[in-house]
Amino acid sequence: MKTVDICVIGGGPAGLNAALAASSGGASVLLLDNADHLGGQLVKQTHMFFGSERQQAGTRGIDIAVSLTTAVQGTPSIEVWLETTALGLYDDGVLTVECLGEYRKVKAERFVVATGASEKMLAFKGNDLPGVYGAGAVQTLMNVFGIKPGQRVLMVGAGNIGLIVSYQLLQAGVSVAAIVEGAPRIGGYLVHAAKVRRAGVPILTSHTILEAYGQDSVEGAVICQLDQAWQPIKGTEQKIPVDVICLAVGLSPLSDLLWQADCRMLYIPELGGHVAWRDESLRTSQPYIFIAGDVAGIEEASSAMVEGLLAGYVATLDIGLAPSDVSERIRAAREQLVELRSGPEGEKTRLGLAAVQGEAR
Amino acid sequence: MEKELKRTGVPDNRDVDSVYPGKERLASGAVAVLECFQRIPCNPCATCCPRKAIKAFHDINDLPIIDWEKCNGCAICVANCPGLAIFVIDENYSPTEALLKLPYEFVPLPRAGDEVKVLNRAGQEVGVGRVVRVQNPPSFDRTAVVHLAVLKELAREVRFFILGGAEGE
Repeated sequence: MKTVDICVIGGGPAGLNAALAASSGGASVLLLDNADHLGGQLVKQTHMFFGSERQQAGTRGIDIAVSLTTAVQGTPSIEVWLETTALGLYDDGVLTVECLGEYRKVKAERFVVATGASEKMLAFKGNDLPGVYGAGAVQTLMNVFGIKPGQRVLMVGAGNIGLIVSYQLLQAGVSVAAIVEGAPRIGGYLVHAAKVRRAGVPILTSHTILEAYGQDSVEGAVICQLDQAWQPIKGTEQKIPVDVICLAVGLSPLSDLLWQADCRMLYIPELGGHVAWRDESLRTSQPYIFIAGDVAGIEEASSAMVEGLLAGYVATLDIGLAPSDVSERIRAAREQLVELRSGPEGEKTRLGLAAVQGEAR
Repeated sequence: MEKELKRTGVPDNRDVDSVYPGKERLASGAVAVLECFQRIPCNPCATCCPRKAIKAFHDINDLPIIDWEKCNGCAICVANCPGLAIFVIDENYSPTEALLKLPYEFVPLPRAGDEVKVLNRAGQEVGVGRVVRVQNPPSFDRTAVVHLAVLKELAREVRFFILGGAEGE
């Protein structure tokens, strides 16, 4: 059995920062990720990040992945296990994992669960045809492996992911026929929308996909307009010839491990679905388990990074291995989270967190 | 911010009016136009401006405020804006043409002298333009700034271009 002070599950923006914070006072840290590289979704984010300098605003996600990974690899007290899947987390502080075909156990004083999120699916006729992709898969194909998913894409969803991936498709030389969005308004940042609009991509709000058609793979999509009750308006159907349909219809926190560990779970739609109850330090109802990033509630990567720091620092305090200025660092992290969530686009998160705080542990 | 913008993603005349410099300032040379209409947590435009023409943010969600008298249209903010929402306009470029400095993140980059098709905020082709210069230094971090000469009357409309002139690609 491997014994460490703090174990971080997930090597994305939240987990990388949690590992760095957790090790900052001398604790031994084990960082796990199921991929063969660190960085999580950062490795696919070619755009410049928002936020302030403290969250590396203006830097591209791909470059943040490199700098955080380099920092982790340059910290001797952080050990990294890649291609490792967490299987179960138990009351006695033991985590079971599968690592490169081997079953292992890890004992830690504290765990930070930063497993991220999974993509939502949409029900429509033909959604099992080859050529129907999640936006994450399209990004992986293009930005990790350098492969175009097709020639012409229909994007479903005008949140930030739908808008950003549309822009990345254009950059890769793939045409985007349209972005359809069920809601009457664009959900993502308007600056992302403006970038694809001026490049000639229509954004059709109050529209949805009814059907994907094609013999052996996608040859087109049928879309239609929605009324105010989100019901299809008869006679507005139109066929759009495309070979790829890309779904960017939202994310769900990847919280299986938290359910299994018997953390108190809450259904908070504003945070993306089922999330663990947590206090203001991101500690769940199981005192030895913290959460950070999208698993705690769907948000931008900038907040995920700061949450990782906060959880990591508080975990070091618990075990008496905190850096000397830990209270200052915790205060700064809390301040940044308040700041990032204080605008109109942070309202959903604020409502969601208020709902969590209204619940007893 | 107008409701239409949230529905279509295209700023309309009223949106543009709210961020556009007056005639007098435009006539006096290059100036940045900040087409940022939504309060999101983002401030690199203010922190990167070497002349402090874009005011320091009180709250990170503030909309940027620019002092057009301090701005000289250097375009550093054009490359630094994560939303690619800043454009420089120089109506003094020539008797008939204005010079636009537009952010551009596509390959291949155009070259000085290229004729390109110019597009408005809705992606509609509205004419042709001529590439005058392409700035792509390491400090711009892969957001090139393309200097484009267009007819003066198009300066307020044109925000993008595609390679290949009137004759096609």
